[in-house]
This record gives sequence, structure tokens and C-alpha cells, in this order.
Amino acid sequence: MMNGPALSVYNLTMHYGTRQGEVSAVDGVSFDLARGQSLGIVGESGCGKTSIAFSLMRLLPDNARIKDGYILINGRDIVAMDYDELLKVRWRRIAMVFQAAMNALNPVHKVGQQIIEAMDLHLGVMTTEESRERVAGLFDLVGLDPALMDRYPHEFSGGMRQRAVIAMALCCNPEIIIADEPTTALDVIVQDRILKRIRTLQIELNMAMIYISHDIAVIAEVSDRIAVMYAGRMAELADAMDVFKHPLHPYTYALLSAFPSIKGERRALMTLPGEPPDLLNPPDGCRFHPRCPYASDRCRAEQPPFEDLGNDHFVACWHPLAGTPSPSRPRQAAQGVF
Amino acid sequence: MDTQRELIEVQGLKKHFPVGGGLLKRANSFIHAVDGVDFTIPRGSSLGLVGESGCGKTTTGKLLSRLYEPTEGHILVNDETLGAVDLAELKGRQLKTFRRRVQMIFQDPYESLNPRRTIYDTVVEPLAVQHVGDPMERETRVAELLELVGLTPATSFMFRFPHELSGGQRQRVAIARALVIDPAFIVADEPTSMLDVSIRIGVMELMQDLAARFEVSYLYITHDLAVARYMCQEIAVMYLGKIVEQAETEELLANPLHPYTQALISAVPIPDPAMSRESIEIKGGVAQPIDPPHRCRFYDRCPIADTICHDQDHPPLEDKGNGHRVACYKV
Repeated sequence: MMNGPALSVYNLTMHYGTRQGEVSAVDGVSFDLARGQSLGIVGESGCGKTSIAFSLMRLLPDNARIKDGYILINGRDIVAMDYDELLKVRWRRIAMVFQAAMNALNPVHKVGQQIIEAMDLHLGVMTTEESRERVAGLFDLVGLDPALMDRYPHEFSGGMRQRAVIAMALCCNPEIIIADEPTTALDVIVQDRILKRIRTLQIELNMAMIYISHDIAVIAEVSDRIAVMYAGRMAELADAMDVFKHPLHPYTYALLSAFPSIKGERRALMTLPGEPPDLLNPPDGCRFHPRCPYASDRCRAEQPPFEDLGNDHFVACWHPLAGTPSPSRPRQAAQGVF
Repeated sequence: MDTQRELIEVQGLKKHFPVGGGLLKRANSFIHAVDGVDFTIPRGSSLGLVGESGCGKTTTGKLLSRLYEPTEGHILVNDETLGAVDLAELKGRQLKTFRRRVQMIFQDPYESLNPRRTIYDTVVEPLAVQHVGDPMERETRVAELLELVGLTPATSFMFRFPHELSGGQRQRVAIARALVIDPAFIVADEPTSMLDVSIRIGVMELMQDLAARFEVSYLYITHDLAVARYMCQEIAVMYLGKIVEQAETEELLANPLHPYTQALISAVPIPDPAMSRESIEIKGGVAQPIDPPHRCRFYDRCPIADTICHDQDHPPLEDKGNGHRVACYKV
């Protein structure tokens, strides 16, 4: 059992019920996360990346329904668990670093006390000395001065709060950590420090990590594998280097080409026409087809399967781009029509 | 001032905000949000103002559009309709005329458009306020601008409300509103930072295209050096109310001289896992410039600081050749 993946998601489908109808936020998403591996999920707002994170934690709002699929942690399905079982898994096996560190901490309690509270709830009550020692250790781990644990959140800067939230996620030694845009609101120098700390901790503690961001440059820095989401579906999933060097999905290619960099040649950036679809009425077939330069009748009618084209490189596309990692596969679409 | 080329020349611009104080009590300390800034922007060119939150870049933008009163300093504008004037001294009717020439685009397209007004009402407002043309002409002009920013057909967008538009479309409306009275100069404050990647490039290209077509100059305020690289001919790096370095864009990125610029550039993540980068560590975080002591603003965090940096006032911005200006005693 311990040799399998840390997390296995199969055909996860999650809808939000709204007054206008069902929003198909996550649709048939499948992936495995190996132990000690870091997976970056990248995509634009509304593509379902945060919805996946909340599904994995079973922290969904009331109007959300997991319609199909399972989420296995150590071989046990989170979707089917009752509340008591869930409490044993949540935070102890899988923990989350939230997007808005400003709101993730309670302003009227001392930061250290909030972490102790989380530990008491999930690990059982410890003596004051024990738990304070543990918090001091956690503060040290994330690069905060342990003396700060008796301060209130408003006395912390944005970067310090984010570190405290990371410490809280680490407090029960989880096997899996989900980080949802943890550095988005931070300045670039602080972001750089936090990213480095997260990456070091993930490797040192041998945790599996899911790192969610809209910023492909950040994802490139922290991920072993990268998943690209579009309109609730996974478009591509492969090793980081493969995604960057041999993207197979036209959307991945467009995303990479639209991202400015301060290093290297000042290459022309490419525009992707149109806008992401309304998930109340997602388009038939491939959800990317209205914006795709290679779209054919088949793309408009049939949803492409999410398939491994060799080398653990998964893609959902009827016309994957040339440069396919597996040489056995015929080269299909032409280059650069964007 | 070179009357042919320079559109805007800023000299010793300062904005100090009082801290504390009140009706009966005078404030005795001040935040030096912008503290002696000099730069010029040539006609049809764009200057990127880059820095971390709280460095004074937005305040500088608001001073240039006279949304704030400068505490001190001059903003010289050389404009064919206005002639050469000092913006910092304009008042009343003159100031209103000047507003035809300077417009602003804000960061958040969800906040900067009035939700109760149609797109037409929003875009036509500058024309109405400035009494430009009659209603028929105004409508034609609005339609023309909406088409220009890619909201086609204009008639189908004119009478919609902001909530019916996506973020990218809203920002296009904001651009149309800024351009509708034919300004010479636009202050763009993080205009694309709220937009998704696939939408962002379109808006950036539109702004560049329109700048070239109408000879508009930009002051482009952003925290993102990569975006500045694509939008600006020149970049100025701000730190605690001072410009610490300014140079032509590629020169600044390839050859940063100020230790803060070096740290800033080294911290930007690269969208390529094959490229490694060496971060230059600097100590601490950004402080607030409340009554800053007379020494280099970067002294407390600087890895190469020396006694001269502590004993002398903040270093002047000096040209090190090719218009590459740096404010540092150690360079």
C-alpha cells in the first residue's frame, strides 16, 4: 500500500448549482501524485484549479456537488468518507496553504495559539510546553523567529503571515500539501524567498505537493510535473521539462507563448483570440475548440480522451502538436499558426 | 527642455502625506511617498515605473494626472495645444483644459467602471465634461473608439452594463475612455495585472498599437518587470519614494547597477525550468518612508553598504553613460 501514489484522482467531476443552472467547474479530471513529488497546476481564473484543491480537502461550499469520480489517499476514497473519517484524514494526511493569507488567520488570536489549536484538534491535546516547543520548531522551519508566536496577525507583514500559514499546514506532518496561489499577493523579492522555502521543505520533508498558480513562471520553479487546466478539464499533464520543451496541447503552447520573461531573447508574445468559455454552457466536444487554430469537425463534436502519448505525457487533444515525445506516434499538426 | 522631443519633464517632485494629526493637532511626521523624483518622457515613448508595493509608484502616477497636489517640484509639459506649462501650478479652468491632455487607466476594471452606467455613458463622459462636439458627434466618436479597442460591433456594446462584460473587455472600455478625447499622455497604473495571461497580451498589444498610432506617451506603472520589458522603452526603478536606477529597458535588465535593481531582477521567476537563476539575497523588508533619516534609503537592506552610505544624504541619480542613471555611492 505504501508504495502506491500518495494521491490518486480519477474522473473527478464537480458542479456548482447556481440560479442560472449547473456550472461544470471540474469535469473528468484524473491524475496521480507520487510520494515526494510536486505537481504544479496552472490555468487561468475559472479553469477549476482551486475547485480541485477544495474537492481534495472536501472543503466545498454548500452548492457544490461531486458528481462522479474518486479521490484516493493511501487507497481510501475521500469522496465516500463520512465526516468522522474525514476529520482523521484532513490536515493529518492532506493539508492546505490557502490563497489569502490575510484571511486565513484569525485576527483576534495570537498566531502561535492558532497553530496550537489546529494541533490539539487533529493530534489530540498536548501539554503547553510540548505544543509551544512544536510551534517554535515549525516557525524555525518556515523561517520565522519563534519569539513571534505570541504576536497577533496584524503585527506580521504579508510574507510573515504566509509563512505562518505554511507552518500551520505543516503542523500535523501531512503527506500531501496543497498550496493555492500562496505567493500571489506578495512582492517579487518576498515571493522568491517563500518559493525557495516551500521547495526546500517539500524536498527535505519528502512531502507530496500540489502547487496551484496562474503564473507559469512560478509553476516552472517549484514543480516536478505540471498539469495545465482549461475550462474545468485537464488539457495536458507531463514532466515539467516536457511541458515547456514539447507542449502537445495547443492551449499549453499558447499559454507558454503568451508569457513574458525578463531573461533570454525578447521574443514576440502571441495572442490567443477569444475568451474562456462560460461553464454554464460549455462548448461541445473539446472545450478549447472555439479558440483553437487547429480545430476540426471532430473537435467540435467529440470530447478528446485524456491519453498518455508515451513518457507519462498525457494530453486531451485530437490534434496534438508535433514534437511528440514518443517517436512511434505520427506527427500531426503543423507548426505555429497562431 | 528640448521642445521638440520631451513631452514631460518632472523635476524634484515630492509628495508628503501627514501621519496622525487631526483637526486641532498638527501632524508632526510625514510619509515621504514621493521624495524628489526627476525624469523625462519623450513624445510617443513610454516609461515604466517599477517597484514593490509602497515604493511610491502609484502616488507618482496620481501626481502626474493631478489627482494629488504635489508638495513640491515641477511637472513641465510641452504640448502643442497648451504650450509649455508647469502642471504643478495649474489651477481652475487651466487645470480642466489640461485634463483633456492627460488621462489615466486604473488597475482594476471591476472597480473603475460605474456599474450603473452603460458603456456609452462611461466612454462619452470625458467628451461631455469637456464640451467636445454635439451629441451626434460624440456618439460617432464613442462608436469609433469602441471599434478601435476591439469591442465590435460597437452598437452591441454601447448600451450594455459593465457586469455584462469580461475583465478584458472592461479594461478595453477603460482604454477607450482614456483615449476618447485624444490625450497626449496616459498614466496606466497596472492596467493588465488583474487580467488572465491569454487576455493580457491582447490588451498590452492594443495599448502599444494605439500609442504608436496616436503618438500617445505612457507612464506605465507596474510591479512586473517582464511586462515592463514588453511595454516600455525605458524603465525607472523606485524604492521608498526615490528613483534608484533608470535606463533603457534592455540595458537595465541586462546590466543592472544598483544593488536593489539587481536583487529585484534576480527574484523574478523564469518561465523555463531549464534556466536556473541565482538570487541575490537582501535583508529585511520594505519599510515605510516616515520621516526617513538622511542617508541612502536602501542602507538598511543593502549588501554592499558602506560608511559613506550612512553618513551622506541619499545619493543623487547620476548618469553612468548612455543615459543609464543610478543613485548609489558604490557604483
